[in-house]
Amino acid sequence: MLAYYLRLATRSALGTPGLSALTVLTVGLGIGVFMAALTVFYLMASNPIPDKSDVLYAVRLDNWNPNKPIYADRPEQPPWEIGYRDAQALRASAIAPRRAAMHKVSLVIEPERDGLRPFETEARLTDGDFFAMFDVPFLYGSAWDRAADDAGSFQVVLARSANDRLFGGANSVGRTLLINGRTFTVTGVIDTWNPVPKFYDLNSGVFDTAEEFFVPFGVARELELTSSGNNNCWKAEAFDSYEGWLASECIWIQFWAELDTPEQVERYRAFLDDYVNEQKRLGRFGRPLNNRLEDVATWLDTRQVVRDDNKVLVVLAFLFLGVCLFNTVGLLLTKFDCKAPQVGLRRALGASRRAVFLQQLTEVGGVGAAGGLVGLGMSWLALRGIRATFHDFGGLTHLDWALVATAIACAVTVTVLAGLYPAWRVCRVPPATFLRLQ
Amino acid sequence: MEFGPIWRSTLRNAFGPLLIALQIALTLAVIANAVFVIEQRLAKVNRPTGLDVDNIMTVVSRGFGDDFDIQGTVRRDLEALRAIDGVRAATFMQATPLSGSGWGTMLAASAEKDAPRVSLSQYFVDHSAVQALGLQLESGRDFTAEDVRYPQPFQPSGAYQVLLTRALLDALFPEGAGVGATVYNELGTPFYVVGVIEHMQGPWGADTSSWARGQFGHVMFRPFLLPNAETTYAVRAEPGRRDEVMAKVEETLTGSDARRVVKDLRPLAEVKAQNYATDQGMAVLLIAVAALMVAVTAVGIVGLASFNVRRRTKQIGTRRAVGARRRDIVRYFLVENWMVTSAGVVLGAALALGMNYWLATTFDLPRIGAWYVPAGMLALWLLGLLAVAGPARRAAAVSPAVATRTV
Repeated sequence: MLAYYLRLATRSALGTPGLSALTVLTVGLGIGVFMAALTVFYLMASNPIPDKSDVLYAVRLDNWNPNKPIYADRPEQPPWEIGYRDAQALRASAIAPRRAAMHKVSLVIEPERDGLRPFETEARLTDGDFFAMFDVPFLYGSAWDRAADDAGSFQVVLARSANDRLFGGANSVGRTLLINGRTFTVTGVIDTWNPVPKFYDLNSGVFDTAEEFFVPFGVARELELTSSGNNNCWKAEAFDSYEGWLASECIWIQFWAELDTPEQVERYRAFLDDYVNEQKRLGRFGRPLNNRLEDVATWLDTRQVVRDDNKVLVVLAFLFLGVCLFNTVGLLLTKFDCKAPQVGLRRALGASRRAVFLQQLTEVGGVGAAGGLVGLGMSWLALRGIRATFHDFGGLTHLDWALVATAIACAVTVTVLAGLYPAWRVCRVPPATFLRLQ
Repeated sequence: MEFGPIWRSTLRNAFGPLLIALQIALTLAVIANAVFVIEQRLAKVNRPTGLDVDNIMTVVSRGFGDDFDIQGTVRRDLEALRAIDGVRAATFMQATPLSGSGWGTMLAASAEKDAPRVSLSQYFVDHSAVQALGLQLESGRDFTAEDVRYPQPFQPSGAYQVLLTRALLDALFPEGAGVGATVYNELGTPFYVVGVIEHMQGPWGADTSSWARGQFGHVMFRPFLLPNAETTYAVRAEPGRRDEVMAKVEETLTGSDARRVVKDLRPLAEVKAQNYATDQGMAVLLIAVAALMVAVTAVGIVGLASFNVRRRTKQIGTRRAVGARRRDIVRYFLVENWMVTSAGVVLGAALALGMNYWLATTFDLPRIGAWYVPAGMLALWLLGLLAVAGPARRAAAVSPAVATRTV
């Protein structure tokens, strides 16, 4: 039966090619634009590490100016980052089974391979726990150990892409690499890993791809490196040395802790409160106690990762889809009105209303599916356009199977909905009306 | 005019016209608000920078290794850059202008501890910065080569003569001040204003926070080389020779044997565009959605009118046969469409205002200007007339003889 209906539908659709094409195009446009807007929104709003989202915590303290909050527009928020002294105190605590202080750092790599020039890269300086905490998959080797964190041993973990460029994709564990003029030993190579959004550091490029080089936190002090991300200071301090900079109230470090049980969370909270209160007695932390321990989802929410612009675009795209649907209903009405004589004939020959109705809906469903395919093409184009327009959306715009399925299901559903009234109207045609004329 | 009969006949088959009216209403709501937002974004992007954006390029040199000679490299680089044919001026800077990254600080008009402070961004530059960026000096003097200092890391710069923008000076001294004024940093160190720059946009023009908006044109220049392995050069070409000079800049810098990486050689226009990509991109997307929406609605109007023409062929023929002129037929369709469009446009005006209210309250956008909705209504009325013109002309071409067939 369905095969027969499908054959009828094809014949009918091809009978009015212009109208059918216009309907497919309208559905495709509406679905394409809507899907593109939704994809960007969905990726922005997605949780980059769902399995561990509720045990990973961004840790923040408020060491800012006693007279003024750091963000005038959001006075309740402590700074997004912490300072070196506080990071060292938090790193020394054993309550969190894993913890990682981190910041961006600019390194120069001098490849040994022929034909490769020295290049500069934005690397991540962090603790070895980083990889286990964030479920970073290793291709070869492993992270460095805790001793290397503090000693600032010259060890490095490479991303797969960097390993491909520098070592031709071979297992490079144990090989050496010249970084900032020093010899670093490769301890591990990680597989492709690009959390979107880049939750662990949202300060520069929320949708940037992850770094390609990771070095131990202690390396900063060994090589007197400063952060190449945000550095914020409020206190009038003169720095006469690198150590003076480290001891300042300036902030540039992101700090993450993994806390596996509610009990650990409670102990960690108490630890933070004790630490800040103790520092208050020493004359630091002039602002009210405002420590934050936020899991990944809360953290992304706090940082307002989904841009207002994109919420507006989703609403607009939805309205656009609405206009396209109204248009589709109009087109289908026209189409079915043209078909009324034929339907009259069928009814006169004994087709039930139900059969005629189902025949119309089959055709509409087919048009919807075709519209969905066109829509997929459109959203692919739109996403390419979006990526070209917003340079910082590198990791953000791709089509996946879920999207393909959603687009087609969505197109069929909305088109069938749009077709209900026209189909209902055409099957109410009294057979006699059109027979008379023929 | 036959408004009554046309209206009643439209109502007999009201579903199609209702759909068109709804489409028009939604389209008006969207385009009025979209145009409003587009205009705001483009105005933001196109605010004056004070810089000769089209003729400037920037490039970053990053040295490495323990024995990297920062001062020597920068001196040699600038000498070589200035020697390139077609280069008007070149300077070092600690950050790329208009890039979204910079060095924010605070100044006060007095050394007192609780004096009100003004946020600004500072650039550490050499004596050719004003020339190399194409800035206008409003008063006072430019830096000279003797002003420029080359301090060691973590040592005081020794550079206390500064250039300030007019906007920064006005923010510091509401009662007015100029060359010769003294300003103080947070440590109470005095800086002496030797020249005033007419206008220069700071690094954070695209940022919407009140902190960034408050210091849009607040810039200070200090004449010294920050002892940092990474330095930006800004190079200004003779008018129209930027691309030609850019190739030579690349050659000159990568050709030198210093242990350093040369990166991010880009026209300043591109730096700026990238910094404002979010605003520019939003404008482009809104234009695309609005244009598509108008197109789809126009197609809808054409479709409905064509359908009506076809359905009414016999009536049209009859009317023509009993004496209606061609333009009566055209007028019939124009009037019918005008009534449908009007209903849509009136509903759309209400929707547009409602949507703006929602945008304003949810996303903190300004309220829509008074003329956007009326202009949108007018545009859609015109669109309706244009879209229906073709089908109406076809209707007018229906021969009176049609009436005599088949019945």
